[in-house]
Amino acid sequence: MSVTQLNIKEDKKPAAKKASVVAFVPPASSAPYRAKFMKAVRRAALQILPPVIMLAVILLVWQLLCSSPTSSLPSPGRVLHESWELIAHPFHVGQGVDQGMFWHILASLQRVAIGYAIAVVVGVALGALVGQSVWAMRGLDPIFQVLRTVPPLAWLPLSLAAFRDGSPSAIFVIFITAIWPIIINTAVGIRNIPQDYQNVAKVLRLNGFEYFGKIMLPAAAPYIFTGLRIGIGLSWLAIVAAEMLIGGVGIGFFIWDAWNSSLISDIIVALIYVGVVGFFLDRLIAFVGRLVTRGTANA
Amino acid sequence: MAQPYLSLEFIDKSFERNGIRTEVLKQVSLGVEKGEYISIIGHSGCGKSTLLNIIAGLTQASEGVVFLEGKPVDQPGPDRAVVFQNHSLLPWLTVYENVDLAVSKVFRGIKSKAERHDWVMHNLDLVQMGHARDKRPSEISGGMKQRVGIARALSMEPKILLLDEPFGALDALTRAHLQDAVMEIHARLGNTMIMITHDVDEAVLLSDRIVMMTNGPSARIGEVLEVPIARPRNRIELASDRTYLKCREAVLKFLYERHRFVEAAE
Repeated sequence: MSVTQLNIKEDKKPAAKKASVVAFVPPASSAPYRAKFMKAVRRAALQILPPVIMLAVILLVWQLLCSSPTSSLPSPGRVLHESWELIAHPFHVGQGVDQGMFWHILASLQRVAIGYAIAVVVGVALGALVGQSVWAMRGLDPIFQVLRTVPPLAWLPLSLAAFRDGSPSAIFVIFITAIWPIIINTAVGIRNIPQDYQNVAKVLRLNGFEYFGKIMLPAAAPYIFTGLRIGIGLSWLAIVAAEMLIGGVGIGFFIWDAWNSSLISDIIVALIYVGVVGFFLDRLIAFVGRLVTRGTANA
Repeated sequence: MAQPYLSLEFIDKSFERNGIRTEVLKQVSLGVEKGEYISIIGHSGCGKSTLLNIIAGLTQASEGVVFLEGKPVDQPGPDRAVVFQNHSLLPWLTVYENVDLAVSKVFRGIKSKAERHDWVMHNLDLVQMGHARDKRPSEISGGMKQRVGIARALSMEPKILLLDEPFGALDALTRAHLQDAVMEIHARLGNTMIMITHDVDEAVLLSDRIVMMTNGPSARIGEVLEVPIARPRNRIELASDRTYLKCREAVLKFLYERHRFVEAAE
């Protein structure tokens, strides 16, 4: 009985397949370019349309909520109106802290770049040490685990006392904020280097430097870049807070200054800038990571 | 009598974990002549991979010494190149760069840059992988990866080529192709090769001698079988060859009658 049933099924299957193939071929071959173009347009629309719609909805709700004259926060329309000078002239050069948004952002980015760069070099080196040596791990890991929970701003008074100047203190805060995820991820990446790669290195008798450059860094790169990406995000979070306290040119102090002058609209413009720049910083590191770790991820 | 090319003398290996000593290898002695193809066969867990690692220098023997050309082996080196079971190619390097890593390290200051390039390509061509030089390991098949692994090992011009279950992870057809490729390379270059395997046919087809290990713990060499079949060997002709069948039977009898794998002991 079961045999007959099986036969019937098999008879049916090929017929069904044939039919679907015949139906599928003609449209693909008749107008390939137009079809491709339409496909690309549709894909782009599907990607771009939802965030645009959501943004419009959010702006509308915000406008409705804050449209009353007694509202404590400005509506989008009022922000545009009040801060038009700021939005229209990002490259404005004035006296002291009276600068265009571009210059404030640039000053903050410079501090982040220096602090982050030092954190990358020191973090990867320390991470390699902790990942490679059992003794270094036992000695340093508990200390790292405690220090990494200290909030970035808690370091600021100490660094002000040490450096006696605002800018290096802010850079130190960036450094100390970004370094922990870099150290920890690098160490995990290096501890996870497969024994096979280590054996290859041993058979070839690679020396310490060759092993570091040719096996360790590339093998741990996916982990390292995870740490770098977390690190840049934290740096950007910390710089705004640190600059509020140290003053001078910089997006953090700009926000603080705007608050003191009751320019709420300016604060909102600055927040949008901070968010967009942070987003691009994250994407930048992710992009570099993808370039560098090409092929490593799907070993 | 002179010492053989490679000589294993009274190798013992034991591991200690939580104060419990496990003997893996016991009194393993073996001489290998230059140009010989030796297979080491045994059930899983009999320490054959440990033995290969000791020859490679990746693991230290607890007792006993390995001599290569009369000199004791105490660390890994390119004169005993290893073809690893899972190819162990570096995924971030192309096929060419993987072989070049070995060539640049071993022949730095000996060969010029152009000579090194030619040598890399020569070895890739030897395993018929010259066409894939710019591909990454993730872009080629398992059999091709293992070919590149063999090319990398050969490019070090090793005195001894150690193959750790080189075809274990491949499907039967790919495996046959690679076995033929290895036989051809052995015939052309006359390398000394030691191969770990658990495939009886593979052992008989490729080897001059088959070293059969008893079951662990405390595995020893149970028997060494000479395979008196002339080279070049052809797998289709051998399928009905009497000597081949006899050798095959001898290995099967050793593995499944006298030293059956006892699951309960694990």
